Amino acid sequence: MSIHHSLRNPPLSAKIGIVIFLFFIFCAVFAPLIAPYGEAESVGKTWIGPSAEFWLGTDNIGRDMLSRIIYGARMTLGVAAACTLLSFLIGVTMGLLAAVAGKTVDQVLSRFIDLMLSIPILVFALMILSMLGSSLLTLVITIGVLDSFRVFRLARSIAVNIVVTEFVEVARLRGEGLWWIMRREVLPNALPPMIAEFGLRFCFNFLFVAGLSFLGLGIQPPFADWGGMVRENGRSIAFGIPAPLWPALAIALTTISVNMIVDWILSINARPSGASAEM
Amino acid sequence: MLRLIITRVFLGCLTLLVVTLLIFVATEILPGDVASAVLGQGATPDTLAAFRIELGLDRPAYVRYLEWLTNALQGDLGVAMTNKRDVIETLTPRLSNTLFLAGYAAAIAVPMAIVLGVLSAINEGKFIDRAANVLTLGAISVPEFFIAYILILVFATNLGWFPSLSTVYADMGLWDKIYVVALPAVTLTLLVMAHMLRMTRASVLAIMSQPYIEMAFLKGLPRRRVILRHALPNAAAPIISVVALNLAYLIVGVVVIEVVFVYPGVGQYMVDGVTKRDLPVIQACALVFGGAFVLLNTLADVLAILVNPRLRHPR
Amino acid sequence: MTAAILEIHGLRVENLAGNVLVDNANITLLPGEVLGLIGESGAGKSTIGLAAMGYARGGCKITAGRVVIDGVTIQDLTAEGRAQFRGRRIAYVAQSAAASFNPAHCIMDQICEMPVHHGVRTRAEAEAWAIEMFRTLELPNPETFGARYPHQVSGGQLQRAMAIMAISARPDIVVFDEPTTALDVTTQIEVLVLIKTLIRDYKIAALYITHDLAVVAQIADRIMVLRHGKLVETDSTARILHAPQQQYTKDLVEDRQSSDVFQERSLKSGREVILDASHVSAHYGDFQVLKDVSITVAKGETVAIVGESGSGKTSLARVMVGLTRPTSGSITFLGQALAGELKQRSREDLRKMQLIYQQPDVALNPRQTVGEIIGRPISLYFNRSKQAVRARTLELLAQVGLPADYIDRKSTALSGGQKQRICIARALAAEPSLIICDEPTSALDQLVADEILKLLQKLQDDLGLSYLVITHDLGIVRRIAHRTTVLLSGQVVASGPTGDIFKPPFHPYTEKLLQSVPELRESWLDEVTAKRAK
Repeated sequence: MSIHHSLRNPPLSAKIGIVIFLFFIFCAVFAPLIAPYGEAESVGKTWIGPSAEFWLGTDNIGRDMLSRIIYGARMTLGVAAACTLLSFLIGVTMGLLAAVAGKTVDQVLSRFIDLMLSIPILVFALMILSMLGSSLLTLVITIGVLDSFRVFRLARSIAVNIVVTEFVEVARLRGEGLWWIMRREVLPNALPPMIAEFGLRFCFNFLFVAGLSFLGLGIQPPFADWGGMVRENGRSIAFGIPAPLWPALAIALTTISVNMIVDWILSINARPSGASAEM
Repeated sequence: MLRLIITRVFLGCLTLLVVTLLIFVATEILPGDVASAVLGQGATPDTLAAFRIELGLDRPAYVRYLEWLTNALQGDLGVAMTNKRDVIETLTPRLSNTLFLAGYAAAIAVPMAIVLGVLSAINEGKFIDRAANVLTLGAISVPEFFIAYILILVFATNLGWFPSLSTVYADMGLWDKIYVVALPAVTLTLLVMAHMLRMTRASVLAIMSQPYIEMAFLKGLPRRRVILRHALPNAAAPIISVVALNLAYLIVGVVVIEVVFVYPGVGQYMVDGVTKRDLPVIQACALVFGGAFVLLNTLADVLAILVNPRLRHPR
Repeated sequence: MTAAILEIHGLRVENLAGNVLVDNANITLLPGEVLGLIGESGAGKSTIGLAAMGYARGGCKITAGRVVIDGVTIQDLTAEGRAQFRGRRIAYVAQSAAASFNPAHCIMDQICEMPVHHGVRTRAEAEAWAIEMFRTLELPNPETFGARYPHQVSGGQLQRAMAIMAISARPDIVVFDEPTTALDVTTQIEVLVLIKTLIRDYKIAALYITHDLAVVAQIADRIMVLRHGKLVETDSTARILHAPQQQYTKDLVEDRQSSDVFQERSLKSGREVILDASHVSAHYGDFQVLKDVSITVAKGETVAIVGESGSGKTSLARVMVGLTRPTSGSITFLGQALAGELKQRSREDLRKMQLIYQQPDVALNPRQTVGEIIGRPISLYFNRSKQAVRARTLELLAQVGLPADYIDRKSTALSGGQKQRICIARALAAEPSLIICDEPTSALDQLVADEILKLLQKLQDDLGLSYLVITHDLGIVRRIAHRTTVLLSGQVVASGPTGDIFKPPFHPYTEKLLQSVPELRESWLDEVTAKRAK
């Protein structure tokens, strides 16, 4: 009862998060309609300050900052969402398989993933992208696969707890196949606790793509993307011009808004700890 | 218990070996033809052929791997393609710079994160906890370079207290270094501390909901004693792994920060290598980061074994 | 008249969602008096016990009423003031000693902490006293027992250590919260004797919380019956047992009595054996869990496998259904040899043998509706049309006594007893010959368990089913089993018609087991102690 109640009445922070996030989605979808100037259109001098004409000023080669940010939402959000979807598709499938298919499969998969996680993901991505080049497809596959290792671990640990429950044992004893057990018995019970994780992984991938773009290895010009825009305008900060802060702020607002929503989802199931009565 | 530790250390060494293999596979096998990957599409067949011989690509992969590995073990990481300098000679001073920056940040972040994490856990739901929650949520949500640029804008450009670029030299005094590196160190601290604080809080809360904590309260012990004597000894193991995990995170977080502040560390060296597709440099830097990562994780597990009462006092 | 040592007036405890856990509880406890609090799960007994110490668990709050210990209202005190009462005047013994001892400190440190902190004893005095107590309570190596860590000693020993810890600061009142529930019957009786002795020797007043009427009858002077957080009735132990006023109490007493009585059951026709396991052994790693076990089950027969934890009874069930591979021995089922591996069994083998679990909560997929749960075996095994499956599901629901509209509900919305009925319906859907019941009622409240047993018996009479019942509860055995096998450390110590097993001459272990099961008579514990002393 209380769960439904809090689902219908999100706290203020979650409401703010939802509004901000929807706003950016709106920008991404309708960018050509709402952006005052074109994505790659040079409209004025370099690094003009904010004015009525250019609300957020212009960038390092005189393009309108606001329009670039609106167009950038497409690439930045789209790539991060694609990475996260791919990583969940791979990670959840593998994780459930490891939990359901028995000890040998589990050991092989888990040890393999442990080893893949023994190199920091940024270093791994830098290596691969430097050698394979950063086309959009390479970028999405690389990040999606690397991130799926984390998702695998989580999905497996959740699924392992479900697989040992009696209702899964009942299905085994009934003679159900592997696929049926994964899809019908385990998956429906594993997904709800992973909703919050989806948000967190999205944030991580979003920041990760932004970081890679900032280092010049993520989304490549001429596409506008927020991380790349920070990189292009980075030098202006030494002159006291806040140009790189606008796209950086857009990145920050997006992650904060998703985190606020995730926080609310997590708090629905959280209970105060046992000792809180005495504290 | 000793056996457990030896096994863990052995496992760490094995992982390190696999890390070298992974680096080799990712850089020399995954791209298919390394020569065209490095030189790009503009290369003529002649230059490609010459380059292949230079890299020794005519020999089978496992021979090249073993050669690379044995050389690396002897401290020979090859020669950079772009400036023909010995990689190890460039790497060593940069590694000490990176370790200085990481150590600087860790020295501030670790004690603060543990103290604040424990404080907000035992004040669950009260003001300090909520404040810490909001601030850390903010800190983990924003990209590294956002914090960095704000700090630069405020403290370097506007106030002029600190330099905006952290240029360090080999013969710089310690205090000068600490001053110059202050902004990147603070940026890194904020990031790592936020993660560490949240995770410390969560692990202390997990301990605080154990029945033996309830029992301690029902024994009539004051709150202070319950926390210090009953909760913290059990929270040590999870907190240690939280710290190690985040130090590993710090090692990687260094990459972006070094680029923002143009700090001469391994991270920037790697990014340079990556943009120029300088194969030996990329391999060497990946080895350094991967090694540090494995080392910290192994260390965390060994410490966790050491503080586990069940393992310390076997049946 | 002496003044009460503990008084609770109009106590009300709510959780954060606003549900009332305890409503208007009133208790008066005289010095040296033992009050038993009894009720099923959710009755609010533990909540009252903790509230008596001025404590409410995380997420709960005392919203009304007063707790007065020796004239002092403890809600009026500061946290420090309350802490001075806890342990010193009123102490607590929890259900799970294993969870309530801190794993990071040795037992002696934890026992001495309270008397030293409250200034009752110095550390040296406390240690000497504790060693003396270890000796009195026959703990192994009393001199060095305290130096051990909680995970290094057994559950029964730890429970005794916790009782010692509770009285270490010489409290006036001790709250015992289901102190023997987690223990095996043979260990339970030892801890019960100990608690009774401590209460008597140290003149302690006690709140004794339990769900077992027979246990509380041995210890309490008065009994308070609770249900759904409200008082049902309170009276002297003798009057509750022999002249209860309320219907609920009457049901509890009557039901508990019936489990003490052996009900002779015999097969209508001759024994037609359908399951024959002979000389079965099984291992978990190097550890042998079953040693040369042989049992048979006939058509329409109920065979009980009885044993304590670690006896191998659950392993036996797992071997039968194919979850654990036997290392030697053979199983014949319906005239055919049964493969040891689950994967090698035919679908027909699987269909003919069904399993019912202890915890109906986790035996049902919370994401499926009742109709999906019961319908799946029908469509899997019999390949019927959707309408036929639904019709058959409705038939099964009626058979287990559930209304037809439950078919579209999620199982999570149902009570424990209803869930177990759905598990039974799911087993019946496969139209099996044999149902293996693994502790089918031990997770259920007493009166609900009784209904489930009756249902199982009715289905047996109607359908000619055979049951293999795995249980630790001799009460169930007495009521439903035609034949009984007693297991101890993986070996059969006694086997035969239930009537014979429960008649002398006993195997020594069977006798010990039988003696250890609490009976409803108040004098039971004293009689057993006297008998053992001889």
